[in-house]
Amino acid sequence: MRDRTIRYYLDLISVLVAKELKVRYKNSYLGYFWSLLNPLAMALIFYFAFKVIMKVPIENYSFFLITGLFPWQWFSNSVGSSPGYLIGNASLIKKVNFPVYFIPLTNVLNDAVHFLLTIPVIIIFGLLFSKIPSLVWLLGIPLWFFAQFLLTYGSALLISSINLFFRDLERLVMVFLLILFYITPVFYDITLVPEKYRKFLYLNPVSGIIMGWRDLFMKGVFDFGLYFLYLSYSLILFVFCFYVFKRLSYKFAEVL
Amino acid sequence: MKEKVIIFERVVKSYPSYTHITGGIKNFLIHFNKSIKNFRKRHVVLKEISFEISQGECVGFIGRNGVGKSTLLGLIAGVLKPDSGRIFVKGKVSPLLELGAGFHPDLTGRENIILNGILLGMTKEEVFSKIDSIIEFSGIKDFIDQPIRTYSSGMVARLAFSVIAHLDPEILLIDEILAVGDIEFQKKSYNKILEFKQKGITMVLVSHDLENIKKLCDRAIWLEDGKIKKDGNPDEVVEEYRKSITKE
Repeated sequence: MRDRTIRYYLDLISVLVAKELKVRYKNSYLGYFWSLLNPLAMALIFYFAFKVIMKVPIENYSFFLITGLFPWQWFSNSVGSSPGYLIGNASLIKKVNFPVYFIPLTNVLNDAVHFLLTIPVIIIFGLLFSKIPSLVWLLGIPLWFFAQFLLTYGSALLISSINLFFRDLERLVMVFLLILFYITPVFYDITLVPEKYRKFLYLNPVSGIIMGWRDLFMKGVFDFGLYFLYLSYSLILFVFCFYVFKRLSYKFAEVL
Repeated sequence: MKEKVIIFERVVKSYPSYTHITGGIKNFLIHFNKSIKNFRKRHVVLKEISFEISQGECVGFIGRNGVGKSTLLGLIAGVLKPDSGRIFVKGKVSPLLELGAGFHPDLTGRENIILNGILLGMTKEEVFSKIDSIIEFSGIKDFIDQPIRTYSSGMVARLAFSVIAHLDPEILLIDEILAVGDIEFQKKSYNKILEFKQKGITMVLVSHDLENIKKLCDRAIWLEDGKIKKDGNPDEVVEEYRKSITKE
C-alpha cells in the first residue's frame, strides 16, 4: 500500500511536469529556443548598456551576464507565474483530493528543466572565453540546483496560496521581482557595490545563489561556506512557506 | 446489515464572505470596518447535517440551487473541511469531474486520458493497461491523437466519462453530468452506472434531473435551508419535492 502511494506520487509528478513541458511551446515554432532567447536578449541589452556605453570594469562581461541571467530566469519565471498556479487549476482543487502542493511543484520543476537545458549554452559561451568545464561542476551543479530549488519552490508556494486570498498580490509580485532583480548581483559584481550597502545585498537570498552559480561557471569554484549559508537560508524560508501553504490549503476549495 | 461507508455527524459548513477580500487590498482598506465585520460573518450552508450511507447504496441529493449539494460532495471528497461535526468516509473516493475539468485543450485525447487518469488516482501502469479499452469505450477513434480543442463538447464529455468508467472506485461522486453526449452515449454511460451499481460501488449523485434520480437511486435525500427535509424512498421524496416547488 505504501509502495503504491509513493509510486503514484512519482507518476503524478512526472505526468504533470511532462504536461507542462509539452504545453508551453506546443503552438510555437521555435519551441525550446524561446527559453534561451529571452535571457539572451536581456544579456545583449545589458551588454550594450553597461559594457559598450558605461564600460563596467568586468572581464568577459557577456559570459558574466549569462551565468547570472540563466539562473535568475528560472527563479523569476517560476515566481512570476506563481500567482496563477492554483487559480488555473481551480476545477481540480475543488473536486479531487490530492496533495495540492504538487501543482506549484510541477511548475517549478518545469522551469528547472528549462534552466538545466540552458547549461550547454553556458558551456559554449565559456569555451568562447576559453573556460573549460571543471570537475567541480559535477558537485556544484546539483548542490546549487537544490538550494535554488528550495528557495524557488518555497516562494512559489507562498505566493500561489496567499494570492487566492489577496488577488492584488499578482501585481505586487511583478514590482517585487523588478526590485529584486536590481538588488541581486546579476548584471554587476558584488565587489562594485559600496561597502556600506553590501551587507543588505547579502541579506537577499537570491544573491548568494547567483554568486554561487557564477563562481562555479566562471571560475570552477565551489565555496562550501557560501553554500551552507544560503542553503540554510533557503531551507528556513522553504519550511516557513510550506507551513503557511499547508495551513491555508484547507481553505483553497472555499475561495476558488 | 451492510457496513457504513459514509457517516456525517452533525456536520456544519459555512463559507466566509470573501467579497471584500477578493476585491483586493484597496477595497479592503477603504471598507475596513465593514471588512472586519465580514470576516466574522459567515454564510452557513449546512446546519448540523447527519446521515449515513451504507456500502453499495446509491443515494441522490436533491434540492434548490445553492442549498449545499455540491458542498456536500466536496466534504465527502475531502477537499472541504467542516466547521464542526464529524465526517467518516471509508474507501477510495472518485469524483466525476465537471466536463473536461483537468483536461488540457492543447494535448491530444490520448495524452489527456493519461493526465486525467493519473489525477483521478490511477498509476501510470494502470492507465496504460486500460488505455485501449478507454479509447474504445469513448468511441473517439480517428480523433484520439488530435488536440482536444478540436473536439466537440460532446466528444470531450465522452472522453471524460470513459476515463471515470475505468477507474474502479469504491465511492463514486457524480455531480450533474449524466446528460452528456448523444443519445447513444447517454445510454452507454447510463448502463455503465448501472454496472457500477451492480458491482456494489457506493454512489452519491447530485442532480436536477429528478427522473434519473428515481430510476437510479435506492434512496433520495432532499435538502432545504441547510437541513435534511426528507430522506427515504426516491419516488416519494421526489414527488414531495416536486409538489413543494409547484406550490410556489
